[in-house]
Amino acid sequence: MLGLVPLRSPARCRWRINWRGAVTVAGFVLLWELLVRFGGAGLEGIPTLAQVCRAFWDKYLTNAQYWQSWLVSFERVAYGFALAQLLGIPLGLLLGTRRIFHEVAYPVVELLRPIPPLAWVPLSILFWPTAELSIIFITFIGPFFIIIVNVHDAVRSLRKEHLWLARSLGATPSYIFRRIILPAVIPSIAAGMTLGIAVSWNVVIAAEMIASDVGLGRLTWEGYVSHTATTVIIGMISIGLAGYLSTLVVSYAERKLMPWQK
Amino acid sequence: MMMAAASPSASPGAAASARSLGGRLSAREVGKTYDPDGACVEALKDCSLEVDAGAFVALVGPSGCGKTTLLNMIAGFDTLSRGEIYMDGRVLAAPERRRRPGPDRVVVFQNGALFPWKTVLENVSYGPVRQRVLTRREAQEKAVDLLRQCNLHDVVAAYPAQLSSGMQRRVEIVRALMNEPKVLLLDEPFRAMDTVTKTAMHQHLLEMYRLSRKTVLFITHDLEEAIYLADTVIVMTTRPGTIKLVINVKLERPRQPKILFSHEYLELKRQAAESIHEEARKAFERGEREQA
Repeated sequence: MLGLVPLRSPARCRWRINWRGAVTVAGFVLLWELLVRFGGAGLEGIPTLAQVCRAFWDKYLTNAQYWQSWLVSFERVAYGFALAQLLGIPLGLLLGTRRIFHEVAYPVVELLRPIPPLAWVPLSILFWPTAELSIIFITFIGPFFIIIVNVHDAVRSLRKEHLWLARSLGATPSYIFRRIILPAVIPSIAAGMTLGIAVSWNVVIAAEMIASDVGLGRLTWEGYVSHTATTVIIGMISIGLAGYLSTLVVSYAERKLMPWQK
Repeated sequence: MMMAAASPSASPGAAASARSLGGRLSAREVGKTYDPDGACVEALKDCSLEVDAGAFVALVGPSGCGKTTLLNMIAGFDTLSRGEIYMDGRVLAAPERRRRPGPDRVVVFQNGALFPWKTVLENVSYGPVRQRVLTRREAQEKAVDLLRQCNLHDVVAAYPAQLSSGMQRRVEIVRALMNEPKVLLLDEPFRAMDTVTKTAMHQHLLEMYRLSRKTVLFITHDLEEAIYLADTVIVMTTRPGTIKLVINVKLERPRQPKILFSHEYLELKRQAAESIHEEARKAFERGEREQA
């Protein structure tokens, strides 16, 4: 996975090893090792990669609670992200296509959008009956505004030629909405989802540190509280991997949605 | 300023056969005033022109002279401030009338407007299926047939992004022709193309015209292109756009690139260039970008 890039050939997509990238990764690991061994400033408490791997093998690989953290975090991201798309895409379409609705509702979006998702944490904890709900809510807020704005802007910048042409060739308004406007905004939906999934992970980790007993964010935080640096690093790597995996899923879905963009 | 356009003299046999199909356009003293923020901009003024059924007419003028506005009015995408537009004797557009785009007047746009999410076949068969004139299957058969005639059958399953701009434009013209329009409206379709592609496109367009014999209204800023393709060249002035001059092109069809060096062609070009020289100078003095 690391150091492998798809070779861009039009005929077939083969994998080749990106040697330059592999060297950089190896160099990074070496530098880490050297800095820790020879005591770079402030690096006294940092474990080496070998120690991290050892700890992972001993404590986490077969630890059900560790894998439970993965599951819980993934679940939260999935709920928050999916909810954001389910509500945000129709809302963005409405805001983009209905002028009156736009005038009534868009100022609210403009007001709430700049509030960082994490600023919602305290209110969210106060409002929602369970911590779980408040975390899902925060994971929802982040991608929600992103997708609204993306879809809204996409609808507003639709090429008028497409709409004109569809009409002159006999399409009804509902057909134009389903078969012209929707596909035309799919690239922006895709872009919004790519951004949104990254924000979801950002937010869920922070929310877990503050408000939860489980999850990858919590795992990392517990490592910090108990002065177990290996756990912190295992948590960080796990979060990175989890984010990477979700991005893969999202971009796979995007490719399926847009067969015309190759 | 106003000047009525004479009828073009298309090759008589073809014009006669096309006449039964309709497609005679006439614009009478059409005007358009834009009023965005109280600043009245007169885009078109007293534009009158006649286009015979089955004729190939080119509308030439500098950028911003209102050619596209006029075309959009005919297509039903834009409203008129004054005057009327008729097709085959019926009012097509007038002030206070709803815009009515229809498959009898299909536009091919400057930057192309193929639906990127549909394949070539889906794009081309789109119109008749939407209008329920043909079933999807019939439309696709007809589309494949037309595409084959235009040497485009290899790209039937491709998406527009996979085609060159020249091919995209040809597919778009085929998509327009699929609707059996009375008038084909071409809005600088070859503007962004290099000379070689453009020359090839001219031959493709002339061939499609020969096969279909629809009325064609072709917008361009390129006088040479206009004379080469059209039976009648209508020259417009800069803003407010109005008809300056009508040139009848009596070059025989089918037209081959070699006529570009013929005496008749060069003479036409000389006359046209002389007559629009004055307009070019005026435009230049007004600081307009002159491209005619």
